[in-house]
Amino acid sequence: MSAPLFEMVAIEKAFGATVALDGVDFAVGAGEVCALVGQNGAGKSTLMAVLAGALAPDRGEMRLAGRPFAPRDPLAARQAGVAMIYQELSLAAHLSVMENILLGVEPVRRGIVQRDRMRASARAALAELGHSDIAPDALVGDLAPAAQQLVEVARAMAVGCRVLVLDEPTSSLGHDDVRALFDLIARLRARDLAIVYISHFIEEVKAISDRVVVLRDGRNAGGGVTAQMSSQAIVALMVGRGLEELYPRGNRRAGDVVVTVEELTEGSAPLTLHCGEVVGIAGLLGAGRTHLLRTIFGLEAVTRGRIAVRAHSGPADPHDRWRQGVGMLSEDRAGEGLASGLSVADNLTLSNLAPLGPAFTVMPRRQDASARTWIDQLGIRCRHPRQVVRDLSGGNQQKVAVARLLHHDVDVLVLDEPTRGIDVASKAQIYQLVDRLVCAGKAVLLVSSYLPELLGVCDRIAVMERGRLGPARPVEAWTEHSLLMEASGTRAAS
Amino acid sequence: MDRALAADGSVGNARRVVAARPFADQRGVLLGLAVVALLFGVLVGPQFFGPANLELMARQTVIVCVAALGMTMIIVSGGIDLSVGSIVALSTVITALLLRPDGSGWSALVAAGGAVAVGALCGALNGALITQLRVAPFIVTLGTMLLVRGAAKGLSGERRLEAPATWLNDLLRTAQSGTGRLLPWGLWATAALAVLVAFTLQYTRFGRHLFAIGSSERTARLCGVRITRTKIAVYTIAGALAAVAGILMFSKLSVGDPTVANGLELDVIAAVIIGGGSLMGGKGTVVGTIAGAAIMAVIQIGCSQQGLPNWVQQIVTGTIIVGAVWLDRWRSRTQS
Repeated sequence: MSAPLFEMVAIEKAFGATVALDGVDFAVGAGEVCALVGQNGAGKSTLMAVLAGALAPDRGEMRLAGRPFAPRDPLAARQAGVAMIYQELSLAAHLSVMENILLGVEPVRRGIVQRDRMRASARAALAELGHSDIAPDALVGDLAPAAQQLVEVARAMAVGCRVLVLDEPTSSLGHDDVRALFDLIARLRARDLAIVYISHFIEEVKAISDRVVVLRDGRNAGGGVTAQMSSQAIVALMVGRGLEELYPRGNRRAGDVVVTVEELTEGSAPLTLHCGEVVGIAGLLGAGRTHLLRTIFGLEAVTRGRIAVRAHSGPADPHDRWRQGVGMLSEDRAGEGLASGLSVADNLTLSNLAPLGPAFTVMPRRQDASARTWIDQLGIRCRHPRQVVRDLSGGNQQKVAVARLLHHDVDVLVLDEPTRGIDVASKAQIYQLVDRLVCAGKAVLLVSSYLPELLGVCDRIAVMERGRLGPARPVEAWTEHSLLMEASGTRAAS
Repeated sequence: MDRALAADGSVGNARRVVAARPFADQRGVLLGLAVVALLFGVLVGPQFFGPANLELMARQTVIVCVAALGMTMIIVSGGIDLSVGSIVALSTVITALLLRPDGSGWSALVAAGGAVAVGALCGALNGALITQLRVAPFIVTLGTMLLVRGAAKGLSGERRLEAPATWLNDLLRTAQSGTGRLLPWGLWATAALAVLVAFTLQYTRFGRHLFAIGSSERTARLCGVRITRTKIAVYTIAGALAAVAGILMFSKLSVGDPTVANGLELDVIAAVIIGGGSLMGGKGTVVGTIAGAAIMAVIQIGCSQQGLPNWVQQIVTGTIIVGAVWLDRWRSRTQS
């Protein structure tokens, strides 16, 4: 690699008292795929927002092809040749493929859009990507996620992009689509594009990137040529400490069965959850893990099979489940897990207001006192229990959501991606808490996409693949590799 | 679990108790009310604050206030009810029908009770349609607005219904001096209802559930709040309160009139919004709503006593509605 095509030097960015980026260096060359990895909160998103012109850095400089690069806004960055493909695609679903590809740069003559020329350039852009199969006139809303992503890449190409940033591009893709995407990235690399690939999945990073840059707590934590780094080495750089420290394991003793799940989908193995154990469910995105948890908790209808919580085996809604001592933590913290406009105290006590006042009343003083107990015990950073949840950081919000289960004193905790989007310190606290609860005889059912977390926290793990749940095996029987093989439908050879 | 859980040493940082600030949320609207009242006080003169004038204003706004109590609860839960005006009209018709023009009907108490029951039924219908058909409250109540108005017209034969004089007609009559009652019965009843609704919203499980549903329905469901039940209940209560407003309207008119209160729902919604309620749900207070209704009454009466034409009053009220919401947005932006 000669001089890098795009370079960021000593970038600093702070939001109030929070330092998001503290002197980060980053560079990517033409014809190179550079992976940017790090935990949530490590500063990846902020760095990319700076790159894309959405945020101005406090200090530091950027150079594109040797020239200073300081875009005023995302449009300026795009015009200079830096394009971002976000996790949430930014397409107009009601417009056609060609209208999306040429959005903002439509060919016009005397103010009239020339649809023929539009169709031709859209077709050319798609053909360049090796996907002539997508019709320029199709509505984007009708396309599969993978095809939509292609349209977005084609749009970036149409405005002459030189640096392409892909933010978690595989999160909504199936296995085959991921392979197709990797082929596409390889083709773009061959065309001398500089590609920044952001991902949580170490396996993907190993498969596609030439070089890895690891961020931790807003700083460069290390990196190097991908081929010379092991997965463990990358994870160690991301986490910054030994795994044993992160995942405590007290004296756990599995007791009676509390939850039994039988064949909710065809071909699924039965699942039993005992007191005093953590059972994890691994699987790819879209494998149906969240749906399984929601069905168990009564948020989705049971269409076949049977769910029993202790002696209760009839139909149940969330109200019933709470009464049976089951609590759930939603993966969608902002949309479902918390009512972000309400106070910490309201959110924390919502499922269990009954003990907070005589008859049908709720006494704010008792509510605040209850909330304060958990604020202290979990170290939730907030000014007072009446503070609106929206103002808290992601980690503290998640602790409020977890505290709800503790306030309710549930016996079974159903946790869907409990550490998504929170900082390492909060993660460690949640792992400690889970261990403590399980040692005290509670049962935990855990869905996580982060394999080291599953292996660190769980006693048994089952893998879900395309809606089918496999048998739960002891954690010692699994490795990251075997979990991934099983999750992607490739049965281990042995 | 012990204190050691707080790995970052932040234990106890939440101990700092922030002193309770009553009416902190309503500061804006109360300030607005004070400004508007002072303005007209200066323009009209000190008699503007005389007891007779204050009572006039209270009588003027009491119908909107009672209906707005129910609307506050609905808006807190993230809904809306456009059928309020029609329920008020139906309520006057039912009251008059039960009293019978020739005086051979039921007692006034039964007539009023019947009207409230019918109002509650209309509200229950709103709630049932919204939850069972899963249609947006705006659409459902737009439909029932016409439906209930039509029913009122049909029941009355499209004319005003005369009714014999009962104590219902005296609900808003000025209390005779010397009785020590000070205000008309209708105003006392309204005050009692306001306290009841305020208590329900702030201090009961039902009230907290309304805030939760309005703030995030999915969160409420996850937390085991029974959405369908709670929603039907809130629309039913609001329907009953609209019918009470209708009885006060009957008291004022002394006839059952199926065409009365046309567009009243917009005044009612305006009172809630000026009072800090959010159409997105999760926000709203009784004190704010009453202050909002009072602002509109002060403008209305102040303008007419100043001899200003009706169009000025409408322009001022319209400006205040938009201004109030803008002010609220601006305040929450600068706070965060």
